Amino acid sequence: MNAKRADRLATIIFYAIAGFIVLLLAGLFGYILVNGVSHISWKFITSPPQSFRAGGGIGPQLFNSFYLLILTMIISVPLALGAGIYMSEYAKKNIFTDILRTVIEVLSSLPSIVVGLFGFLFFVIYMGWGFSILTGALVLTIFNLPLMVRVVETSLQGVPDAQREAGLALGISKWETIKKILLPAAIPGIVTGIILASGRVFGEAAALIYTAGMSTPILDISNWNPFSPTSPLNPMRPAETLAVHIWKINSEGLMPDVKEVSSGTSALLVLLILVFNISARWIGKFIYKRMTAS
Amino acid sequence: MRKRIIALFSMLLVFAIVAAGCGSGSETDSKANAEGGNKKEETTKGSITAVGSSALQPLVDEAANQFMSKHSGSTINVQGGGSGTGLSQISEGAVDIGNSDIFAEEKDGIDASKLVDHKVAVVGMGPVVNKEAGVEDITKQQLIDIFTGKIKNWKDVGGKDQEIVLINRAEGSGTRAVFEATALDGATPAQAQEQDSSGTVQKIVSETPGAISYLAFSYFNDSITPLKVDGVEPTATNVETNEWKIWAYEHMYTNGDPTGLTKEFLDFILSDEIQSSLITELGYIPVTGMKVERDAEGKITNK
Amino acid sequence: MKGESILELKDIKMTEKQWNSSTKIWTEQRGRMITLTSVSIMIIIAVSILYFVASKGFSTFTVNKASIIDFFTGMQWKPSTLDDLGRPIVGALPLIFGSFAVTLLAAIICAPLAIGAAVFMTEISPKFGKKILQPVIELLVGIPSVVYGFVGLSVVVPFLRENIGGSGFGIAAGTIVLTIMILPTITSLSVDAIEAVPMQIREASLALGATRWQTIYRVILKTSLPGLLTAIVFGMARAFGEALAVQMVIGNSTVIPSSLVEPASTLTSILTMGMGYTVMGKAENNALWSLALVLLLMSLIFIIIIRILGRRRVY
Repeated sequence: MNAKRADRLATIIFYAIAGFIVLLLAGLFGYILVNGVSHISWKFITSPPQSFRAGGGIGPQLFNSFYLLILTMIISVPLALGAGIYMSEYAKKNIFTDILRTVIEVLSSLPSIVVGLFGFLFFVIYMGWGFSILTGALVLTIFNLPLMVRVVETSLQGVPDAQREAGLALGISKWETIKKILLPAAIPGIVTGIILASGRVFGEAAALIYTAGMSTPILDISNWNPFSPTSPLNPMRPAETLAVHIWKINSEGLMPDVKEVSSGTSALLVLLILVFNISARWIGKFIYKRMTAS
Repeated sequence: MRKRIIALFSMLLVFAIVAAGCGSGSETDSKANAEGGNKKEETTKGSITAVGSSALQPLVDEAANQFMSKHSGSTINVQGGGSGTGLSQISEGAVDIGNSDIFAEEKDGIDASKLVDHKVAVVGMGPVVNKEAGVEDITKQQLIDIFTGKIKNWKDVGGKDQEIVLINRAEGSGTRAVFEATALDGATPAQAQEQDSSGTVQKIVSETPGAISYLAFSYFNDSITPLKVDGVEPTATNVETNEWKIWAYEHMYTNGDPTGLTKEFLDFILSDEIQSSLITELGYIPVTGMKVERDAEGKITNK
Repeated sequence: MKGESILELKDIKMTEKQWNSSTKIWTEQRGRMITLTSVSIMIIIAVSILYFVASKGFSTFTVNKASIIDFFTGMQWKPSTLDDLGRPIVGALPLIFGSFAVTLLAAIICAPLAIGAAVFMTEISPKFGKKILQPVIELLVGIPSVVYGFVGLSVVVPFLRENIGGSGFGIAAGTIVLTIMILPTITSLSVDAIEAVPMQIREASLALGATRWQTIYRVILKTSLPGLLTAIVFGMARAFGEALAVQMVIGNSTVIPSSLVEPASTLTSILTMGMGYTVMGKAENNALWSLALVLLLMSLIFIIIIRILGRRRVY
């Protein structure tokens, strides 16, 4: 049977492709982790970097990455929710919506360096906010919004129409229906999307070089006043993130252990993103279970 | 849900207000600095920003750290971005210090008349080759011929039979401008691959057979071979006497005369404490030790 | 839009008549206002970026008087030097060529792999696919492009140099790095496209005695073709705009290379490299913004292609 043989051959080929991809990735990860994990230690994670001596760490950079991520999400989640709801529930099928969609997609395919330079000229110089976490967060928001809007929109579209009609049939207004019925149903998808987007934000470097900057002032961990310049929480201080740090030391690093620091930082970044992804699946599942069970 | 959205928005609002407050604060600061600081007596409190040359960044970064640990309450932000960025930002008065590898006069479109130059260090550079090339000393003419593409194989300059791989620096970078002016006598190098960072160049030269490029002394290490030119070794001593001609000043420009914290920081970098320790540790050469001076046109005068 | 069901045809008017409660209308209005505000903010951001890039990008031709024809056909990229007519020399053809070469090659290599993986996940072994392959592919999305570039520089370039020759830098290295980078984009969108094929069609095909392979290739891939093409174009748009990773492995030489392992350059690599060395408002800097404008126009073209493909989707 020719068709049968072809079928078997095709199955083998598909398995081969899947296997190849898994191997490729295992190789990539293996390379990054094998080179870097040995350098990760508690001291490396907590101590500040050195400019030209060996033995520097990445403590402040690690904090900055998380702080910047949280700020970015605080700004972009509400915006993305609003815009996503509009695109999914309110937008009529007309030329305006089409243009809107095109604009959003163009925004998402812009090279991040262009977004970064726009942020530099507008926020850093024109608004006079200087190189700061806030500027970085705003630029990452611009960079991140299109993706997040897409996530919210697809999650909402995934909710069966029956639910919409049920809400309206009960005499609840459209906005109430969205808030009380559709959003809760779409939450698992939205949460998963947000966490995956976090991974992208976490690894972004090009957009931040000119906005959040490439240095970190000496931080006083015990200082929790967000208005003091040495406080880690001050949104107006410059902040170098892990990804920017990798880029910086690879381009102009003078310390003798540049290779180790950069491999260690890369490995740490990849591990963190792994954690993001696993938690995205897990939290998404958890919320879904809770929602459907209750 | 509604409460949460309201909470988020109010948080946003607070952030915006804080940001606007801080923003306007720092703006008046930098404006005042740019206008020559006609405010009341400045203390070392406050913050300044230095932007520009990535080659100079490690030095300014480290000096800023030492300065800040001595004067608590002052903040010095050091950012990279390239000499072009540094010069254009300081010309517009958007920052307090602009770091550059080249004289402002050498950069098209920069009005150097308003800027005050502070030469904080000297950086020596030299051609480096892959260890397998089998060459350690070449003449200046050979160097020019290699970079303009006339000589294509290392065996023509006494090395192995190995094709030469040119690696240029990015067009517009300070390092490249200095190298073309002082090592190639202004000749235009052949079209070749370009890299914009010293770290990448060092990696590529050490791994690519037959590669040649140029680097600052601080990036010389065992993985690459620095070349002698006309028998002169690339050392700090030879730079000080100008026997080794491939060197440049590292400039920190201010818009008008520096005042307040900016002045204190610049004085700190030029102090013996930094010049004799940090500068040499990082592989730069102290300005104070130079026996010659060079101006923007490239004229050399003995000190 | 899915929300446009029959019930909403007279949405606000009907509620007004039937319940006549002002609060309801108020909430309704408020919902519309909140969402519209978010969308407006996005539009403002997008329009200001577009305007900003366009105004800076055009000034190469309006202020510095470079010729547009030379920009697209010239082979010399030296924006800091002037030609005989006093215009900056901005021949961007080698960069445009490089960008298209890496994008197309990466798409050609990546498409079969990604679609194969998508078919595997949906048709062949959903269990293994969903449990292992999908998380693995999603991880790829999160790896920063700096890390990709670094691995490319340490692994791909030496490998090419030792096995193929040349310097190792060039379109081949750029293609390999980009292929891995756009794999997740194309795969996940292909999965969506294939999953959208109604179950009945599959069952009908199998019931008629077709093997699984025949079903996949004659029914499923055919039906989801527009979606698959959309996925590929999306991946190409990603590849076209990628900067840091490509810059590290392409070699950045502004010539059209004679082979795939000779240094070349792309629009993004020259843009990223030159930005810090140029002075705002000068010809060299404006020329870089013109490159950014080309990138922008290309992403518009990609999106228009996606739109046209999307219209053909009929199940």
